[in-house]
Amino acid sequence: MIDIRVQTARFDPGQLTAAAHGGDLAIGAVVCFTGYVRDFNQQKQVHSMFLEHFPGMTEKSLEKIALEARQRWPLQSIQILHRVGQLEQGEPIVFVATASAHREDAFNACAFVMDYLKTRAPFWKKEHTTDGSYWVDGRASDQAAAARWKQNGKESP
Amino acid sequence: MINILFFARYRDVLQQDQLQLNWQEQWQTLGDIRDHLVRQGSPWDVLEDPGIMCARNQDMCRLDTAVHKNDEIAFFPTVTGG
Repeated sequence: MIDIRVQTARFDPGQLTAAAHGGDLAIGAVVCFTGYVRDFNQQKQVHSMFLEHFPGMTEKSLEKIALEARQRWPLQSIQILHRVGQLEQGEPIVFVATASAHREDAFNACAFVMDYLKTRAPFWKKEHTTDGSYWVDGRASDQAAAARWKQNGKESP
Repeated sequence: MINILFFARYRDVLQQDQLQLNWQEQWQTLGDIRDHLVRQGSPWDVLEDPGIMCARNQDMCRLDTAVHKNDEIAFFPTVTGG
């Protein structure tokens, strides 16, 4: 099962984590990742941010990433939830849950989904800081993290 | 026609989120259209950003991806979600 959600509403990571098992007795491992708005980025004090996205393409990109994860690892389910719009300091932004029979597959799939999401899904952060608002620059470290999942020297664009 | 979308910083700099252009037969790739726009001068030089990313019909692609009449393409800065 693949569950993709893009929403402005806040979510409760605890509730989603508890629901990720879903009573499926074939699942032996659930790995969940939650990303939060932190107070500090690129050496400026951040009090809130705006997350822009490309409606339609966003959902399509996340679906594609989930399908690729399912091809690489035996997974019972994958959930990806990403918020858009205005977010305040300390709020959760993104949640990924991968469920599998064994922990290694669930761990790898969750890391893969996050690495690909950060470099292939059309989201852009605009941070509101004490010095004004600015668009966050892409990071080379995110590109490097995604590159480790290359297979046979090939990488999809 | 070709429909071109801009997001985030590019949209702010260009002060528009989309543009329609009459199709030109010499266009083969998204890079050709990017170059056409850059040749219009400032503020279109924002598209010379080395971190530029692009999409064709809502699929992530590269500047050397082939483009066709009536496609919807998009140019945007390096993504920063998650």
